[in-house]
Amino acid sequence: MTKKKTTKKKTKVKAKATKSKATKKTAKKTKAKAHKIKPGMVFEYDPAPEGVKVEIAAKYGHFINGEFVNPKSGKYMETLNPATGEVLAKIAVGNAADVDTAVKSARAAFEKWSNLTGAERGKYLFRIARLIQERSRELAVIETMDGGKPIKEARDVDIPLVAQHFFYNAGWADKLDYVVPGKEVKPLGVCGQIIPWNFPLLMAAWKIAPALATGNTVVLKPAEQTSLTALRLAEICKEAGLPDGVVNIITGAGETGAALVDHKDVNKIAFTGSTDIGKLIAKNAGKTHKKLTMELGGKSANIIFADAAIDQAIEGVVNGIYFNQGHVCCAGSRVLVEESIKDVFIKKLQRRMKQIRVGNPLDKNTDLGAINSKEQLVKIKELVAKGKKEGGEFWQADCTLPKKGNFCAPCYFVDQSASSTISRVEVFGPVLSISTFRTPEEAIAKANDTNYGLAAGIWSEKGSKVHKVAGGLRAGVIWANTYNKFDATSPFGGYKESGYGREGGKHGLLPYLEVK
Amino acid sequence: MLEVLKTVKMYSGGAFIRSESGRTYPFFAKGTDKEYARVCQASRKDFRNSIVAAKEAVSKWASKTAYNRSQILYRMAEMMQGKYDEFEDLLEDTIGVSEDEAEAQVEAAIDTFVYYAGWCDKYQQAMGAVNPVAAPYHNFTTPEHMGVVVLVDSDKFSLPKLIDNICTILVGGNSVVALVSKECPAIVTTLGEVFATSDLPAGVVNLLSGDLDELKDHVSTHMEVNAISFQNENEETYFDMRSASIDNMKRIIPFKDKSKSLDLILDFVEQKTVWHPIGY
Repeated sequence: MTKKKTTKKKTKVKAKATKSKATKKTAKKTKAKAHKIKPGMVFEYDPAPEGVKVEIAAKYGHFINGEFVNPKSGKYMETLNPATGEVLAKIAVGNAADVDTAVKSARAAFEKWSNLTGAERGKYLFRIARLIQERSRELAVIETMDGGKPIKEARDVDIPLVAQHFFYNAGWADKLDYVVPGKEVKPLGVCGQIIPWNFPLLMAAWKIAPALATGNTVVLKPAEQTSLTALRLAEICKEAGLPDGVVNIITGAGETGAALVDHKDVNKIAFTGSTDIGKLIAKNAGKTHKKLTMELGGKSANIIFADAAIDQAIEGVVNGIYFNQGHVCCAGSRVLVEESIKDVFIKKLQRRMKQIRVGNPLDKNTDLGAINSKEQLVKIKELVAKGKKEGGEFWQADCTLPKKGNFCAPCYFVDQSASSTISRVEVFGPVLSISTFRTPEEAIAKANDTNYGLAAGIWSEKGSKVHKVAGGLRAGVIWANTYNKFDATSPFGGYKESGYGREGGKHGLLPYLEVK
Repeated sequence: MLEVLKTVKMYSGGAFIRSESGRTYPFFAKGTDKEYARVCQASRKDFRNSIVAAKEAVSKWASKTAYNRSQILYRMAEMMQGKYDEFEDLLEDTIGVSEDEAEAQVEAAIDTFVYYAGWCDKYQQAMGAVNPVAAPYHNFTTPEHMGVVVLVDSDKFSLPKLIDNICTILVGGNSVVALVSKECPAIVTTLGEVFATSDLPAGVVNLLSGDLDELKDHVSTHMEVNAISFQNENEETYFDMRSASIDNMKRIIPFKDKSKSLDLILDFVEQKTVWHPIGY
């Protein structure tokens, strides 16, 4: 009897196979014909570009004491659109004399600003938040043009968070006695703030807003690749009637930043950027009493357990590493997947990665925009080339990249040794490292096996396991069953060589306060 | 009866040790040429050994329940109370304070233990947070241990201040390697006995006597040291150690002229924020 059954099954399978062959043939025929929708058809997206009618001046000076002023050296540098290579504008190159003027302006403004009632200070920040909301489209477009990130990210993530950071911190200005229970607090003075090119306006907002709410004045230096939105924020500060000198913005590259760090009358340095530069700043500022906040690099692990909701985890992995082209300090650049589900994980990940649309950042359908600069693209390519030599398996999505501009298709390495370059070095690009583990203890040990400690992800449907693993990870932000989520109320910052101090939330105020 | 004198030894990894180098130096009672004892001069190797012990101890200490940590700190107060006379005599004989001043210091030190014992299971509530993010996520921030902290003690010895500095590190679940004041290196043994009899895991507190100038570079560049509590008056040494501590981005906590304060605990914790979606 058993035999009979088996034969029957076999015949059935055969019949199915023939059927599907037949369907395929018909599908081919219809494709040539016309717009009949059939399962399995590939739809091409039409271009959906965001309008670019925004005013960008040909040339920008520094914003000091409420005015745009020419750099003392008379020198300017170009800022490019990384998606096209076109020059967007020229920005001033700041030298020590410019920095000195800006710090003096911030110092002069400090007494009045810090003595203003908290409620009044807060009202300025609320105003700025509202103006940002009103001008959010314009800001999103400039952010995308100047930095290369997809418009959908600038529009839906960066700019809304920028407004929220001002709005959230505004409300703290008259409630600072509640930050540390039972303690009075006071501002530090003049804060020098140096920010990177990956989230230009968001970084400016989450540095400026808490500093101002707590009664400090600031001199901010945006990254030389992406200064335009910070300069637009200067205009907004002016429009909001913010007293002159409370916010000063100096543009330029490393030398400008160094002049700010070395200035004798700066009370605090807040830096976000690479660990190498962060260490240099900490070394120089270490010889003084300057307070420091450091938000540096990361090599964050994204741990996928076998009991995870696998399709959600795949989305989380893609969002973790390919969000903002991987130019994210907390990017989930090391996936640790439980060995038993490795094959199905890789299969699903490949299928998902093939759907990532790389291209014009201003197109609303673009998932992966332009690499921020030529230098960064070269760095990513060099690291990938080095990775390929070090063994393991390499896979890159096969997609057509635009002919102009800086682009890189998403890719991953599997099964490289834990000491390999791609497993240890922060690539800051759409490059993922995948390795496996067997037990939760091994996952935690592997996740912590890095000098960094910024973030980590955990994917499991078992609550107790999630909390146990979250407790064992040495990182400042843990995303459980999600990744790359940010909020003005949520503290952000790292352990170990990812720096110190927090940004966002109640804890984000502490680095700008002295507790009495 | 002939009095049995106590040999002054350092306290490291739960044991009372002499320096592996065999080095000792005469320690004179303050303002006199009377030798109080020969004390150990910790070598770099002694320091490294203490760090190894402290590193191993962190997980044991940090994983205890907050309630248990609280009780262990309270027990330190009990143990110091029991050694009240010994501490009083020691302070009088070494730093040359009056009987009243010595008593005041010992009492303040005991009170300091009690104060921080009470914080162990509360500072998380006072300085943690449930963050109202604008999306369906449960988001909370809790303080966590930093790891191994080196305490550089003041040149001017004060027992309650030393206890305050040690407790601010212990409350958050860290372990400490303290280089005690050169004004009172003889404290290491008697104080070590307090920690040794309080159910504190071995290696959580380590007390060394030695020369700061000799050890400072080694402390700054040691990759397993997570933070330095710099409570010494020498500004130049502070700048040297701070700028030399960049290899593993140590947290450097400068001297603060206050004691028994919540914010002092916050200097030695990391804030961890956890997100989880809310939904069906």
